[in-house]
Amino acid sequence: MTTDFDRSSYWRGVRDGLPFVLVVGPFALLFGVVATEAGLSLFETMTFAITVVAGAAQFTALQLMSENAPTFVVIASALAVNLRLAMYSASLTPHLGALPLWRRALAAYFLVDQNYALASARFDRQPDMTTGQKFAYFMGAVTPVAPNWYLWTLIGAWIGKSIPPELALDFAVPITFLAMLGPMLRTGAHVAAALVAVACALIFAFVPYNLGLILAGIAGMMTGARVELWMEKQGVS
Amino acid sequence: MSQTTTLWIVIIAMAIGSFGLRFLFLGLVGDRALPPWVLRHLRYTAVAILPALVAPLVVWPQATDGTPEPARMAAAVVTLAVGIWTRNVLLAITCGAITLYAGLFAFG
Repeated sequence: MTTDFDRSSYWRGVRDGLPFVLVVGPFALLFGVVATEAGLSLFETMTFAITVVAGAAQFTALQLMSENAPTFVVIASALAVNLRLAMYSASLTPHLGALPLWRRALAAYFLVDQNYALASARFDRQPDMTTGQKFAYFMGAVTPVAPNWYLWTLIGAWIGKSIPPELALDFAVPITFLAMLGPMLRTGAHVAAALVAVACALIFAFVPYNLGLILAGIAGMMTGARVELWMEKQGVS
Repeated sequence: MSQTTTLWIVIIAMAIGSFGLRFLFLGLVGDRALPPWVLRHLRYTAVAILPALVAPLVVWPQATDGTPEPARMAAAVVTLAVGIWTRNVLLAITCGAITLYAGLFAFG
């Protein structure tokens, strides 16, 4: 049985996932606080965090809703931030595609940055793992992460209202995003995509309904793809 | 449409959309490969959307009604620089927050 649950792989995943608690806790706390500040109730904040499970997209939606952007733009922009999840899903399919449908659905719900990074690295290093061992490792890696995501969002939502305006929480989202952006800028193509997106976002800031953001995002993506092709032709990596 | 209705539309759409994106390949597409040009564009979505969202907030902050403001500007530069330098998200957030509060104290 290749899909049997493998205990030792599961616990290895748990061990590897533990350090991420330090990252996920504060991030979830911040989301809880910012969401309550933006006027969401405890129930709304928790539903948001538990059903979406993607910090960057949740922050994007909050920010745009507080700017009164049209609902369509809020959803499109936040989902665009989440498009990377489709890439993760594609790259895990060769490893987990043979599982029964309900296990694939479970893995899909629990697919986040942290366990994707751990699992893809582990599966590359140990190609002889069975599908069952891979699934167990993947679920193990998310075990310390997901409950902390819920718990610290809840704590943030509880204390959110008591935070004074002098703390300048309006700037929590920009700082969080810039911090996440730094490590993502791995190649010249990433940098070019980001620079073009920034320039377009400022130039198109006058466009109504926050559509400038969508235009800037598309321009940035096209730039990244172009520069990547060009760099491949030049033989730079 | 009330604020609450809008919020719930966003939450429900994002819940379905986020699960959909995660399930797309694992559940539906299987082992079929995507065309390379699609993957090439997908690789740059986050690096394009995140800075595009942040740039206007840094240059024209809401808290100052759109007047450029040195503390927020400095915090943005420090956060990005530390993030690029150390690849450590939490450290970058911490340094950015310290810069912001120091700046607000000094200029405010």
